[in-house]
Amino acid sequence: MATDVYAGTLAAGEQAARVTRPSRTRSRRPRPTSGAALYRPWWTPWLWVAPAIIVIGVFGVFPFLNTILLSFTDARPLGGGGDWVGLDNYSRMVADPAFWLAVRNSVLYAVVAVPLLVVLPLMLAQLVYKKVPAIGFFRTAFYAPVVASMVAVALVWQNLVSENGPINTALTQVGIIDSPIPFLSDTTLLLLTAIALTVWKGLGWYMIFYLSALASVPKDLYEAASLDGAGTFRQFVHVTVPGVRLTMLLVGIMSGIGSLRVFTEIYILGGATGGVGGQARTLPFYIRDVALDPISGNVGYGAAISVALFVLTIGLAVASHKLGSKEED
Amino acid sequence: MTWWRTHGRTRALVTRYVLLLVVLAISVGPLLWQFFSSLKGPQDALYGSSATFFPANPTFAAYQTVFEQVPMGMYIRNSLIMCLLTVFSQVVFPTLAGYMLSRQGWRGRGVFYWVLIISMMFPFESIMVSLYTQITDLGLDDSFIGVWLPGAIAAVNVLITRAAFSAVPNEVEDAAMLDGAGELRRFWKIYLPAARGAMVVVVINSFIAAWDDFLWPFIVLRSEELYTLSLGLSRLASSSLSYDPRVTMAGSIIAIVPILVLFVALQRYFFKGVESGAVK
Repeated sequence: MATDVYAGTLAAGEQAARVTRPSRTRSRRPRPTSGAALYRPWWTPWLWVAPAIIVIGVFGVFPFLNTILLSFTDARPLGGGGDWVGLDNYSRMVADPAFWLAVRNSVLYAVVAVPLLVVLPLMLAQLVYKKVPAIGFFRTAFYAPVVASMVAVALVWQNLVSENGPINTALTQVGIIDSPIPFLSDTTLLLLTAIALTVWKGLGWYMIFYLSALASVPKDLYEAASLDGAGTFRQFVHVTVPGVRLTMLLVGIMSGIGSLRVFTEIYILGGATGGVGGQARTLPFYIRDVALDPISGNVGYGAAISVALFVLTIGLAVASHKLGSKEED
Repeated sequence: MTWWRTHGRTRALVTRYVLLLVVLAISVGPLLWQFFSSLKGPQDALYGSSATFFPANPTFAAYQTVFEQVPMGMYIRNSLIMCLLTVFSQVVFPTLAGYMLSRQGWRGRGVFYWVLIISMMFPFESIMVSLYTQITDLGLDDSFIGVWLPGAIAAVNVLITRAAFSAVPNEVEDAAMLDGAGELRRFWKIYLPAARGAMVVVVINSFIAAWDDFLWPFIVLRSEELYTLSLGLSRLASSSLSYDPRVTMAGSIIAIVPILVLFVALQRYFFKGVESGAVK
């Protein structure tokens, strides 16, 4: 029962534990704050985290380093190639109009989608925040598009905006338009339709973030503003928005990164080519087209574009952060 | 409470419900429209000015056709296999890792934590080229394992379970130790029950992610007998555009309904954090 005695000293306090602990193990570990740490051999924790650290290391961290390495080679998808070509892929990229078109499309996507996804879910959260009867039903219903699979809802939208679909029919009947709007065949309209789909599907997701943020906005600020004669809109601008500013920043970064990741929306709405002649391809779409075709794929060049996508993502996160801290001043 | 007093309570409440109904129409309307259109028979117009929202002659014919046109049952089975594999690995391994990460006093804990954080910095799309070459090198392309393995353990789930384990006070652990409970026993009897809520969130999130995933299975899988529902749907949509759109509609409804049922059944866990935040 030696262990019981040992545990007793532990419970008495850490000072006692440090005295009792053999000096050899002390040098091996950080200072324990809980007694249990003293009973573990040094390798037990590693046993517990081994599967996670292996999979996350091999498929979460290594691929990034590997992508940078690959971008300097002429590797092919199914082995083959792999010789060092220096900056060839990058110089090819800079001169590639299809690459710049994909950059433009992805940036346009973010520029249009992010403001909508920052503001609309906040208004939605404001709408469902107060617990009126049946609010649980509304919250659940507003979240439904988030969980539905993207391929399936993109097919729904494809039907909605098709030439003889309900949206074009309704607009024609009201008399706003004479001929159907080519939502899916015009490149710009296709991108805007895909953005609308992304925003529609993201509303409920970001609403959740704002719902918990709204809980921390002091209630008396609304009362004070109301006493000063501020209406709903001015309360929203002067109380709600400053109160959830950090969440807006978070949502901005998340939706920005999400916009740069878009593939499925374009693939389903615009077809396998990515719009007419690939004109609506986003960066991930272009990466897939360039790199991952088993026969004609060029992994090296695809890796270079992947690095560009990563730089763009980090740049966007840094820019939003700068923007967020500037507003603070 | 006061922010609507200037408008009058009733008027504000009516406005609120009208707005709620408008948003409801926008968010669920398209899904309902697709559902009711998929039930329309050949006599009911799908499009145009004569089309109605509800089918005049409701029929499940399109659902029957979609199972005949493409191997829908096989797609569903493949999707379920992917979901089960993913949910299993996403619950078991992140929980083990999250538990140890919440324990203090072992060497390497900080390193592990930073590996997790760093791995979350890279969007999947910026590393998928490397992932594909890795999977090919392992001989796993065009296989379920190849689709499953890179996403088998997500760093975010380790962090979610870690947070739940950290919420258990150290005194509980010390007391259990005094009673002679070993590490595994403490983990199983004290920590796992305490983290049940977090684990449900992990289950739901990874199930939905595996069910909805498109780009990665699309890259890895080439044989049609391995296609998941998302891949099968996209194939159905691109091949049968000239056929009856009701069939594609039925297919997409089949993909949406199971996930919606799961979500509605477990929805209190989605909003739990929000509720507890609202109490403060």
